[in-house]
Amino acid sequence: MTVSAELELRSFVLLRLGERRFAVSANQIAELVAPSRIFRFPHRTPKLEGVILRRGRIVPVCDVSEILLGKRLTSRRFYLIAMRNYATQREWIAIPVTGECELINTDMMAAAESDAPHVAGWLSHDGDVIEVLNLDTLTPGPEQALAEATAAQRAEALP
Amino acid sequence: MRLAAPVKPSPAKTEQIILFRVSGQLFAVSSASVQEVRSADSMSGAAIEINAPGLRKVRHVVRRGDRSLFIVNGAMHFGLHAVEGALLFVLRKTRTALLIDGIEKMATMTRLQALPLSFCHEERQWYRGLTALDQSVVPVVHPEGFLSPEELALLDAALLEADNSAAAGLEETESAQ
Repeated sequence: MTVSAELELRSFVLLRLGERRFAVSANQIAELVAPSRIFRFPHRTPKLEGVILRRGRIVPVCDVSEILLGKRLTSRRFYLIAMRNYATQREWIAIPVTGECELINTDMMAAAESDAPHVAGWLSHDGDVIEVLNLDTLTPGPEQALAEATAAQRAEALP
Repeated sequence: MRLAAPVKPSPAKTEQIILFRVSGQLFAVSSASVQEVRSADSMSGAAIEINAPGLRKVRHVVRRGDRSLFIVNGAMHFGLHAVEGALLFVLRKTRTALLIDGIEKMATMTRLQALPLSFCHEERQWYRGLTALDQSVVPVVHPEGFLSPEELALLDAALLEADNSAAAGLEETESAQ
């Protein structure tokens, strides 16, 4: 491998959800932690389970399994603590994963227009083609709520 | 050489809060926001039934001079399993009397963390933020978050309608006599 080719490699964290593996850019990942107590309270945001306490911070737990696999996984082995970008801020979120995570260096193929919004790109590893996740569109936030409200208004306006 | 005077650490800002339960779930409210705590029974005699369409969490109103206090069922507001509330918090600077199960205890809050941005629906109006207390996380409610301006307008309209029908009923009785 040439030096220039090596420079193009990026680090990704591979995570496991059920039988499938997904990737997240390593620079978005803060740490991998054992599941701790989830504090639940009433709210109306789908996909949010509650919050955990981590290093004195309150971190929301976002379950992405239903969107990615079409079914909710109740078993979990770790929480992947990742940085989620909002319009002007960045905050930690905890994503439950069901198996070991792995750090790899590889190059990423950009996502196509036809790919789902949560797909940031694709990478090839161990004979698998793996989706690289865009956490900013996969997990809830004000922009998703706005899009949902607009869609609901449009649906209401239809005769 | 003179050394700079040591900077005294400023005392952390604290806030007295009341921890209370609604349908078994723990919440907190600033004690400064609670004007009165009354038993639900003590208010039941003065309460008038009200029916605003699409607003099931308010069933009663209490008149206090020219002011109306709407009794909000906390369990229904938060979408929890409805239970018969035992206590009422009359919330300062609002028209809300909140029906709750009971008071857990008083505590001192040293840090209020903003609600994470992932929470992006009605809960943003419900809560001022979250606080960590005794290795637990408790949502701190927003006293103004129980009734939105739209809900208050609906309730005022329902109240006016109830008043008008009561006045019409009284007129009918008088003319019959």
